[in-house]
Amino acid sequence: MADQLRVNSDPRAALAGDAVKQVDLRKRPRIGETIIQTILYACGFISIFTTIGIVYVLGQESLRFFASDEVSLVEFFTNTVWQPVIGEFGILPLVNSTMMVTIIALMVAIPLGLAMAIYMAEYASERVRAFLKPVIELLAGIPTVVYGFFALTFVTPWLREIFGRDVVQIYNVMSAGLVVGILITPIIATLSEDALSAVPSGLRQASLGLGATKWETAIRVVVPAAFSGIVAASIVAMSRAIGETMVVALAAGASPQFTFNPFLPAETMTGHIARISGGDLSYQTIDYNSIFAIGLVLFFMTLTLNIVSRMIVRRFREVYE
Amino acid sequence: MAMKAIDPQYTADTKYALEVRNVDIYYSAFRAVKNCSFGMERNKITALIGPSGCGKSTVLRSLNRMNDLIAGARTEGEVLYRGQNLYDPDIDAVQVRRSIGMVFQKANPFPKSIYDNIAYGPRVNGWKGSKAEMDELVERALRGAVLWDEVKDDLKKSGLAISGGQQQRLCIARALAVEPEVILMDEPCSALDPISTLKIEELMFELRQRYSIVIVTHNMQQAARASDNTVFFLMDKEDRAGQIVEYGPTEQIFQSPKDERTEQYISGRFG
Repeated sequence: MADQLRVNSDPRAALAGDAVKQVDLRKRPRIGETIIQTILYACGFISIFTTIGIVYVLGQESLRFFASDEVSLVEFFTNTVWQPVIGEFGILPLVNSTMMVTIIALMVAIPLGLAMAIYMAEYASERVRAFLKPVIELLAGIPTVVYGFFALTFVTPWLREIFGRDVVQIYNVMSAGLVVGILITPIIATLSEDALSAVPSGLRQASLGLGATKWETAIRVVVPAAFSGIVAASIVAMSRAIGETMVVALAAGASPQFTFNPFLPAETMTGHIARISGGDLSYQTIDYNSIFAIGLVLFFMTLTLNIVSRMIVRRFREVYE
Repeated sequence: MAMKAIDPQYTADTKYALEVRNVDIYYSAFRAVKNCSFGMERNKITALIGPSGCGKSTVLRSLNRMNDLIAGARTEGEVLYRGQNLYDPDIDAVQVRRSIGMVFQKANPFPKSIYDNIAYGPRVNGWKGSKAEMDELVERALRGAVLWDEVKDDLKKSGLAISGGQQQRLCIARALAVEPEVILMDEPCSALDPISTLKIEELMFELRQRYSIVIVTHNMQQAARASDNTVFFLMDKEDRAGQIVEYGPTEQIFQSPKDERTEQYISGRFG
């Protein structure tokens, strides 16, 4: 009697009578899962493999360049003349014009892009924003060769009209810089807009509730709160400006010159690589190897910018709970 | 900026710091609040209570024109402050908010130092004083919000680096720094622990001596213990618009409500 009671009180015992279900919990192979996982893993790492490949090729050819007795590392970084024909390989004129184009471009793009972003995030109604943002992004989709012709056939004549034909050369850094600026404005505008929109609306309300105007709120609260995002946007845009090739190849000229006058022609690093590699250059000559050395310097410049941008984002990001 | 200056010479000919008359508030076509009329007494704490969706926060936000910031929001009727209707076309909303401050549900300090959080309001209001005077103002505001002793050595610390209760008191101090006449509080304790809540309630009693306070709260006990007058809102089931059921001294509302629905709500039978 007592036994029976105990048996009945155990619910498992009641089931045990007719069908004892076998539950197999042992590990089993899942081939499909493994294959998919491997493929996804490979896809994830493709960018890393590509980067390693690029560094390898750049490094190998650059090594050949620096190994030749025609050029030394010191000369490469200090010589202000780039004339491969006479054996002068100083990268400074190329870096200098690249930086000039980039600085002019940023001087256009940061104020313009930030103003667009502030308008879209703080002032525009939902309808206007929904219309404006795709249009700005469309601007980013225009082929750069079109921008190049725009620089050459519109901006340059306009500059020459204003500053005089003797001052402004047909090919000049200013025109290229201005147009690269227009080209990178959408990057700054859309990325900054994302950063501004991500600022909690509570901060805006707090500011307005203290009797600040919309503009005061935007400039003194929202922009500082989104500062890291705006800086990151500017650095992405800067990398893009440094790497931009087509506009400078078309509008800036084809003679490496060490000059700080933006109205003179000058060749940027990318412009030079494009021109040389498009020409009749034979393999394994020092000229050929030189473009890899330039490429390597370019690569390290943008890499540094990326690292700096990450550091800034981490340093200045505000965490809201 | 063409605006009607809020008259500093205006003498209180009414006992109300703010008075709402026949206010209807719309969100686009939807009428969220209807037929709202009540007064908020000077140097008193007025609690707005009621279940979710009854329009109490909407009414609070209409008192310093914060609803202007919501697209499609529209207020009809009058909100009287110093004898002027805040919704007159020639009244400047920015000026209104300088006299009628606000503390929000979620503590929202700026990602700036504690000092700069407090100094922000005076600065946008055209502060023209020395550094020493600003230091003094910051200290006064922080003392006013009973936060000074806790943060006086960390004024350079970020306003986001202090506890939630301290953040909310920082927001109150920030509102005090522009020296408003009325302070609106939108469920200021809903995200706080009981001890911080108690501190804020004690603070409200302190502040009452110099300011008039209007507070929206979900918490019946809070309304009962920390207010002088209570306004009870309820949503009209027919058109879903919030309306006032009853208002009066808090004691009377809680001990002998005139309306049956008030009685039901405060005894916890719904809402």
